[in-house]
Amino acid sequence: MAGAKEIRTKIASIKSTQKITKAMQMVAASKMRKAQDRMSASRPYAEKMLQVISHLAQATPEYRHSFMAEERPRKRVGYIVVSSDRGLCGGLNSNLFRRLIAEIKEQREAGVEPVFCTIGSKALGFFKRFGGEIKAQATHLGDKPHVEDLIGTVKVMLDAFEAGEVDAIYVVSNEFVNTMTQQPTIRRLVPLVAGEQNDGMPYHWDYIYEPDAKSVLDALLTRYIESLVYQAVVENGACEQSARMVAMKAASDNAGNLIGELQLVYNKARQAAITQEISEIVGGAAAV
Amino acid sequence: MAMTIRVDIVSAEGAIHSGSATMVYATAEMGEVGIAPRHTAFISRLKPGDVRVEHENGNQDHFYISGGMLEVQPNVVTVLADTAIRAHDLDEAAALEAKRRAEEALAGQTAEFEYARAQAELAEAVAQLRAIEKLRKLKRS
Repeated sequence: MAGAKEIRTKIASIKSTQKITKAMQMVAASKMRKAQDRMSASRPYAEKMLQVISHLAQATPEYRHSFMAEERPRKRVGYIVVSSDRGLCGGLNSNLFRRLIAEIKEQREAGVEPVFCTIGSKALGFFKRFGGEIKAQATHLGDKPHVEDLIGTVKVMLDAFEAGEVDAIYVVSNEFVNTMTQQPTIRRLVPLVAGEQNDGMPYHWDYIYEPDAKSVLDALLTRYIESLVYQAVVENGACEQSARMVAMKAASDNAGNLIGELQLVYNKARQAAITQEISEIVGGAAAV
Repeated sequence: MAMTIRVDIVSAEGAIHSGSATMVYATAEMGEVGIAPRHTAFISRLKPGDVRVEHENGNQDHFYISGGMLEVQPNVVTVLADTAIRAHDLDEAAALEAKRRAEEALAGQTAEFEYARAQAELAEAVAQLRAIEKLRKLKRS
């Protein structure tokens, strides 16, 4: 039987671990709420933009931006992989990478070569081991990611698209379903997924453009795609916090169980030690 | 009651202002514009500068934006504000910076990267240990 003292120190160490996991759980819970707010705050911008873009696309059919062009035959596709910067968030990142690996395999079988842009240090670490061409990366966005941190990474991909180096761009990130569920998803950014084209406009009208339709559309499209990537990053942030909260709750519960079991063992050991001591004393007294 | 127009100022990171106004001023690419209610549909890029919103009681609200887009429809003005100063050169520089970071990371020189890799290896080792433990338990039972 293990010494009572050893068990006691073990219990103490598990207790301090439990304290940490509990604290992390609570921190994650409060951060999750903020991340969710951020998620909903970024929505009106993208919605408004989509509205304007679809109107512009309708109003000026003679100018077709390359982002809105027809799909071209694919040789290489770009993936913008959004991951978290830190671990201890359950299977969040590994589920995402598993989904991505399956996708890459499928693409490679079809003769399509993938290239990557990574956001978050977990994705960077993954590709270093997994292999693959990384064109750009951004890490350490913190709890409050900013659009300006993403501009460079997105531009590298968009430039590659316009130069014909990649034929489509996808964003790979976790979708926030609810606190318990995060769904790894792969969404196409470019060419833009065609929305419903007829919003039932009763009469035809057009904007006055300053300086002209083309440059307005160019500026809008870049910003729109950036905002989509930003949304993916923010959503992934909310997923990270909720996944961490759940993981840390499970860890705290496990620690509780472990402490209970050890306590039982400790009590037994103590009881045995006392019994033995008494019997020794009794034995000694009988011998005298 | 004076005629009013609805004003929404939004950025990618959140809504900045929403309300009604009698007049909206902004610095468009071709010069300052004033938008009154029932303005015709209009769209323009905005230069960094002030957006002024005049309320019914004559008060004005000022918002500084670092560029963006202005979209006007007869009853709604929408300002899609940028959250960062944008210029072709700056975007280019950001792109180069992102590329450089990737190259640096792939060259494996940054300490942060080594840390990430070590962490990944550790996670793998822990997973292996757990699997072994599970196997042992199965065998025993």
